[in-house]
Amino acid sequence: MNNFIDAFYLNFIKDERWKYITGGLKTTLTVTFFAVIMGIVLGFLVGVIRSTYDKTGKLKILNALCNVYLTIIRGTPVVVQLLITYFVIFGSVNINKVVVAVIAFGVNSGAYVAEIIRSGIMSVDNGQFEAGRSIGFTYGQTMIHIILPQAFKNVLPALANEFIVLLKETSVAGYIALEDLTKGGDIIRSRTFNAFMPLIGVAIIYLLMVMIFSYFVKCLERRLRNSEH
Amino acid sequence: MNTNYINGQPLIQVTDLVKSFGELDALGGVSTDIYEGDVVFVVGPSGSGKSTFLRCLNRLEEPTGGKILFEGIDITDPKTDIDKHRQKMGMVFQQFNLFPHMTIMKNLTIGPMKLQDKSKEEAETEAMRLLERVGLADRANAYPSQLSGGQKQRIAIVRALCMKPDVMLFDEPTSALDPEMVGEVLSVMRDLAEEKMTMVVVTHEMAFAKEVANRVLFMAEGKIVEENAPKEFFEHPKTDRLQNFLSKVL
Repeated sequence: MNNFIDAFYLNFIKDERWKYITGGLKTTLTVTFFAVIMGIVLGFLVGVIRSTYDKTGKLKILNALCNVYLTIIRGTPVVVQLLITYFVIFGSVNINKVVVAVIAFGVNSGAYVAEIIRSGIMSVDNGQFEAGRSIGFTYGQTMIHIILPQAFKNVLPALANEFIVLLKETSVAGYIALEDLTKGGDIIRSRTFNAFMPLIGVAIIYLLMVMIFSYFVKCLERRLRNSEH
Repeated sequence: MNTNYINGQPLIQVTDLVKSFGELDALGGVSTDIYEGDVVFVVGPSGSGKSTFLRCLNRLEEPTGGKILFEGIDITDPKTDIDKHRQKMGMVFQQFNLFPHMTIMKNLTIGPMKLQDKSKEEAETEAMRLLERVGLADRANAYPSQLSGGQKQRIAIVRALCMKPDVMLFDEPTSALDPEMVGEVLSVMRDLAEEKMTMVVVTHEMAFAKEVANRVLFMAEGKIVEENAPKEFFEHPKTDRLQNFLSKVL
């Protein structure tokens, strides 16, 4: 027991090492939060463009661009994308690493969100489109007032899952020497030569965050199911 | 109503309408005139193109050839703002297609409010008036999933009426209903016909067609084979095709 307390003191208390954890956690949450927003915006746009092409055959060029984007992002590892964003795209400019991480993870997440949104739009019965158009709504109005609200509800669980994945994925931000939660734990390990305590600590924090988030998603899902409208 | 539209001219003038799906010709040149106050029923075997014909009238299906003049305007012209004209052509679907995420009241008022600049009060007063007429005023705050099929279809009719259309298109409005619910929908349609609403109805309800229509079209293989006043149509069919069809369905 004393050993445990000693190890805890060494890894988290001494030299204010807990600040690596709290600082890292803050960075992880910041990056995740803004990357999620970017992913949603990007994903919505791409998803709507792709399903508009699927349904009407319009937006051919935009759809082709979106396809290129999806193929590249989904066909390469996120670490490689992060490195390219930092060392190649922003290689010659002095830029905050948090911003780089937000862009890299946001662009990455957008590709997955896009396919989720598209599947949601395609899952709404075509009769809903026709009903909207028959009243006199334009394609865009039908999309906004009638299709997207239904599509969003259908894909909410999948979207939430994507954000859980994103939260964990930001753990590779250390590759560009961004001090996120994982990197913070790893720095402590390199100082104290004690791997167990900081790494298990980091793992527990991730686990807690995911469990809390999953709990809220479950509540939301239950509410949506109960109000079957 | 459009100012270019001259009284006495047909409300809808269909000339040589063609619709092909790839190799398949769903409509092979259909021409007919629909006048104000007409109640035109379209009957025929399945696959005869009658639903395609109806869906071409408001361009839910894009015609591949021919011309449709609605209130004097060529709506098959790609330059025509079809969304504008669709507001004047109410449509009722076989599968109701109510918006499941909105209350009945919202279903009825979203069109008038977003497209015709009606205030919420105006739109709701009008919706309430129509709901009372079809006997569903008490369901205004329900969601579509809480209604029976017959109620849904009556709401769908009211939703189209809220836009104050000049013509109502019915695409097999009772085909998805349980038999005991058909009557309530037909009675709403009968009332509409009596009020001189212009209607085009695709249906399998022959008895209803005979009772309500002032003209019945028989379609087969993408063409109008025979058309006549209902009494003549059902009692003295001229063509073999129609005689054959009627002998099967009556």
